[in-house]
Amino acid sequence: MEPEAQGPSAIDIYVDILLLVLLVAAALVVVTLRNMLAAALVLGIYSLVMAALWVVLDAVDVAFTEAAVGAGVTTVFMLLAIAATGRHEKIAHRRPLPAIAASLAVGGLLIYGTLDLPGFGDPEAPAQQHVAPHYLEHGEAETGVPNIVTAVLASYRGFDTLGEVTVIFTAGMGVLLLLGIARRRREGAGASEGGSEGERDRE
Amino acid sequence: MTDNLVLRVVAKLLIPPILLFALYVQMHGDYGPGGGFQAGVIFGAGLILYGLVFGTHAVRSVAPPRLLAIIASLGMLLYAGVGIASMIAGGSFLEYGALSLDATHGNHVGIIIIEIGVGIAVAAVMTIIFCVLAE
Amino acid sequence: MEALTHVNYWAAIALAMIGLYAIIAPSNLVKKLIGLGMFQTAIFLIYITVGKVEGGTAPIIDPAYDVYSNPLPHVLILTAIVVSVSTLAVGLALTVAIKRAYGTVEEDDIDEQDRR
Repeated sequence: MEPEAQGPSAIDIYVDILLLVLLVAAALVVVTLRNMLAAALVLGIYSLVMAALWVVLDAVDVAFTEAAVGAGVTTVFMLLAIAATGRHEKIAHRRPLPAIAASLAVGGLLIYGTLDLPGFGDPEAPAQQHVAPHYLEHGEAETGVPNIVTAVLASYRGFDTLGEVTVIFTAGMGVLLLLGIARRRREGAGASEGGSEGERDRE
Repeated sequence: MTDNLVLRVVAKLLIPPILLFALYVQMHGDYGPGGGFQAGVIFGAGLILYGLVFGTHAVRSVAPPRLLAIIASLGMLLYAGVGIASMIAGGSFLEYGALSLDATHGNHVGIIIIEIGVGIAVAAVMTIIFCVLAE
Repeated sequence: MEALTHVNYWAAIALAMIGLYAIIAPSNLVKKLIGLGMFQTAIFLIYITVGKVEGGTAPIIDPAYDVYSNPLPHVLILTAIVVSVSTLAVGLALTVAIKRAYGTVEEDDIDEQDRR
């Protein structure tokens, strides 16, 4: 094996750290922005940086999904919801200190918990020992699919994926019931009152 | 947004390649990055772009939410149907190997069909959510 | 390099805590949903980091490579991302419904109206 293609490379780690810094910066900007439209757009940038990070971490399928979902569809849904709920966040009267204290305390405990985790990219880590070697060695022969992510998604864990699709389907039906049915009922009621609300909503 | 000429022209140019790319991602998911989830989201994004530029009523006339709900159900039924079909063929639920004499071939066929089911369901749900939220 | 082995986990925890703060502190419900989404992506980052193998490549079998990253976390997170956008949409739909019922999405104002 040629060492350039397989060996550990420092540049990966530097790119990784650069992207992580960008992520944390974008997250801080999203939380502090009072203009919700701007916050939604920065959240789109956050997702796009996340997609780049997935590529660095070898998760190309996840990167693809994140770019399409996080940077594309989620941003559109956010913008639509903000258009309906108002673009300016009100300044809260509560004090932010308890929230900061709670976050710092939980974060500190979690960081203490990571000290026992195996290092980044360790091939001997327990997570790499159990089922993944079987998928990588026999996956293509057993399913005829070279993309192991697709093979595991659709074949080895097909039942799990059926559950995930059920969740997505249920969420779609939930949104339809929450807003679609309510709209129809309001339009029915609005017809006798002149229907002015229904027309304003459509603009 | 419907009176912006540049947006209308660019959207008209972009939407067909987006839908075509979604079908490519769907069918090429076995060999490269991609699959039903990504393809469904990209196909939905194509319809969402159409709705953003030409108005929700345009999407509603192409794909009314009532019809999309039926399409999403059909996608799920296709997925679960493959499971039932492999039970009828003598395997257990979702054991696609039983669908063909050669287990590897059966597995490959099963993966392609359920990915299509996933793609249909996800695309329909994304478009439903857009149509309802945009009201 | 020894100190850098956990930097991904720490960044993920930082993102999760920024998300947690955005769930607790603001009174705007959409902002809370943004925080929830950020917390989710932080968990995704932990999973994908666990799956990374030093010197590995994307898990698409090719004769030119013999070290691959773990495909299992990729599968879990791939589906989780699409599920997360669907559940986020349910949350946004609830927020829009609250806006129609109360005329506001600020938690303080909603509390005040409920108390009346």
